[in-house]
Amino acid sequence: MSNVTLLHVNGSARACDADAARPLLSVLRDDLALTGTKFGCGEGQCGACTVLVDGVPVRSCLTPCGSIGPQKITTIEGLARDGHLHALQEAFLANGAMQCAYCTSGMIMSGVALLAKNPHPSDEEIVRFMDGNICRCGVYQRILAAIKHAAAATNGGAK
Amino acid sequence: MKTTSAIAPWNRRRFLQTFGGGLAVLWFLDDAHAQAESGRRGGRGGGGQRRPPELAAWLQIAADGTVTIFTGKAECGQNIRTSLTQVVAEELPAPLAAIKLVMGDTALTPWDAGTFGSRTTPDMAPQLRKVAATAREALVDLAAAAWQVDRVSLLAADGKIVHAASHRSVGFGELTKGEKLLVNVSDSAPTKPATAWKIAGTSLLKINGRDFVTGAHAYASDIARPGMWHGRVLRPAAFEATLVALDASAAAAMPGVKVVHEGNFIAVVALTEHLAAQAIAALRAEWKTTPQISERELFAHLRATARGAPPVTVESAATLRQTYTVAYIAHTPLEPRAAVAEWQGDALTVWTGSQRPFGVRTELAAALHVSEEKIRVIVPDTGSGYGGKHTGEAAVEAARLARAVGRPVKLVWTREEEFTWAYVRPAGVIDLASTATADGLVTAWEHHNYNSGSAGLRAPYEFPGQRTEYHPARSPLKQGSYRALAATANHFARETHLDEQARALRLDPLEFRLKNLRESRARAVLAAAAKRFGWNQTPRAPDRGCGLAYGLDKGGHLATFAEVAIDRATGKVSVVRVVQAFECGAVLNPAHLKNQNEGAIVQGLGAALFEAVRFENGRILNPHFAGYRVPRFSDTPVIDVLLLNRPDLPSAGAGEAPIIGIAPAVGNAIFDATGVRLRSLPLVPNGLKV
Ligand code: FES
Ligand code: FES
Repeated sequence: MSNVTLLHVNGSARACDADAARPLLSVLRDDLALTGTKFGCGEGQCGACTVLVDGVPVRSCLTPCGSIGPQKITTIEGLARDGHLHALQEAFLANGAMQCAYCTSGMIMSGVALLAKNPHPSDEEIVRFMDGNICRCGVYQRILAAIKHAAAATNGGAK
Repeated sequence: MKTTSAIAPWNRRRFLQTFGGGLAVLWFLDDAHAQAESGRRGGRGGGGQRRPPELAAWLQIAADGTVTIFTGKAECGQNIRTSLTQVVAEELPAPLAAIKLVMGDTALTPWDAGTFGSRTTPDMAPQLRKVAATAREALVDLAAAAWQVDRVSLLAADGKIVHAASHRSVGFGELTKGEKLLVNVSDSAPTKPATAWKIAGTSLLKINGRDFVTGAHAYASDIARPGMWHGRVLRPAAFEATLVALDASAAAAMPGVKVVHEGNFIAVVALTEHLAAQAIAALRAEWKTTPQISERELFAHLRATARGAPPVTVESAATLRQTYTVAYIAHTPLEPRAAVAEWQGDALTVWTGSQRPFGVRTELAAALHVSEEKIRVIVPDTGSGYGGKHTGEAAVEAARLARAVGRPVKLVWTREEEFTWAYVRPAGVIDLASTATADGLVTAWEHHNYNSGSAGLRAPYEFPGQRTEYHPARSPLKQGSYRALAATANHFARETHLDEQARALRLDPLEFRLKNLRESRARAVLAAAAKRFGWNQTPRAPDRGCGLAYGLDKGGHLATFAEVAIDRATGKVSVVRVVQAFECGAVLNPAHLKNQNEGAIVQGLGAALFEAVRFENGRILNPHFAGYRVPRFSDTPVIDVLLLNRPDLPSAGAGEAPIIGIAPAVGNAIFDATGVRLRSLPLVPNGLKV
């Protein structure tokens, strides 16, 4: 397979030269300096590496960069618009939904995907959707509150 | 009020004149002189395991008024960067936005033993309070000298010194002109009592929170250096295994890969992480292993190898005697051990996630035979530790590799390495025996802990002549600190045992505890939590149960009440509701204290219900999240935390104590629901058989 030379990330076309088998996570972090997306397990078990590919949350640690093609990648760095944070980023701040915050990027990306699909999720729907994201500090209750807060604040996450 | 008035230009000489004749309590020096001075005294960043007395080692004020605070503590999610900033803002006082904390950098911050034992709040916060108070008094002196007014007519407020009578004020930075205040930190500078706090004591949110929700913050694992490559270490096939043969030819032949082999240390360094992983897989190593203790033999092994007096016979008249056990568990912080190492000549800089920046520097010096003065360890705010990041393995490995290949190297442990080659919370066996009168007074109490530790061993109850002993044993797995240490195991055993006594005596478990507790702080948390929980107020629904525990650790009192739901068909135990009352003196930041309580309850639930490191013959059997279950959203109960603020008492730390009550509360609730008494942690790794 030939190398990946172009990725569409956060609204721009980014040149790279990466072995197509390399995980998207490592290309984002090491080649494109987008380190907001985290490595937590490399095994698809923790969600720290979650990014959106055409709006769908994927585990970038298990996604070969060669599988992306022309699809649009959104990372945590691409959520704010003109210096304005996304409603869910604001809600994480307002609800103090973090301790070490190492899970935060993945949580926010998963939460953004949830709200895009389901603007007014119930508690059960949030739990089901977010259950693949681990927070070792145990901040789940606050993250749940933040997602509901963002849903209410934006009338369904629509910005 | 007029903002600023010009202060008379004056210099060091003038100032010394002003305060001549033995009154020169403070003065300015130019920077070069000040550094030499501080170096001579082993000041900021210098060696020596002590706290430097010089104010400038802790606090500096720039000409623009920015106050920089230096502390060797590390931020690992406790949000101490925020709470310590509040303390300084309160005491100076200065606007929060004007205060910047430099933390955990061995070149810049004063020596510190490490961030553990819940010492930041009871120890570093008062230290920084003294630092800020000393600075404030020095600034008042400066302004008084500059304006030629009596210092008692001056007031420090909001980053300025104010002379109300003449409507003059001057910013801290204008006053110091960015030069250092050369005084020693004073124990007698007046500090504000908690009852007068305006900034401390409030729910300020994570001060640099924006950096985290935008992904801007660089953890150690996010650091990149020019020319940096990625390292990976080849791990032995089992603990204690020794290398018999190595064929590294395939890996060495890969372009962009270097193999490093120094004795038993075998590693690769490669252009990308992916390549490093491929190169490691290409190494052919043969290991000689030795038989080792497996999990099924563990508890007998711990008893058999216990040091000290032979196991003591529990009191013969005891009416109740039972044994409790706890399994090994893993911290498994979401950011694995990570380090970036860079050499410049014989000087080394390492960025790493650790709770002990200075301890890691010592480890590096010993491992690499370099003097500590040549080593700088920088700890960016870290992806948590929970007591699991006291050591510097990744830092040492990265530094070795960087030296071997002559370029900066990043090393991030895999999750499997983190589960296998870090250290675990000690497993333990606990024997308890007790006697109580029919109306519920405990008259004899004996508690023996094998291997897990002595923290929380002594019962915080009025048990006459209680006897407690810790018996260290030989652990088959590498064990170490974990949030609250053995207080979790000892509280689990004690609070379960008390529940058993209460049930045997047909007494209400809450009343039984209160009968044996005089301490008003203990009674207060129990009363508050019982009320909020509605203890004994509603008839219990079928297959629901309620339980409670009281605990005391590192100066924090807590009462934990839990309600569980049992699905008899599947054996699933769900913790549906937890109320925890916590009191640790004056509250520095209620939001973060609540957050710590909530997080500790969730983390403690994992160890209570299902977490256990499985091992056999020197191998870990479940070194992945897929096999080592940690709490997730679906495991999280509704948690209600009540904080009892006691501004009249000094603040105790709270990163640890809030974890100790949940396991016994849940175990007791399971008994309440089913009549099944569980005496081993985890309680229900495979569900409950009823
Ligand atoms: S790092 Fe991708 S799921 Fe954990
Ligand atoms: S805040 Fe630390 S892992 Fe979630």
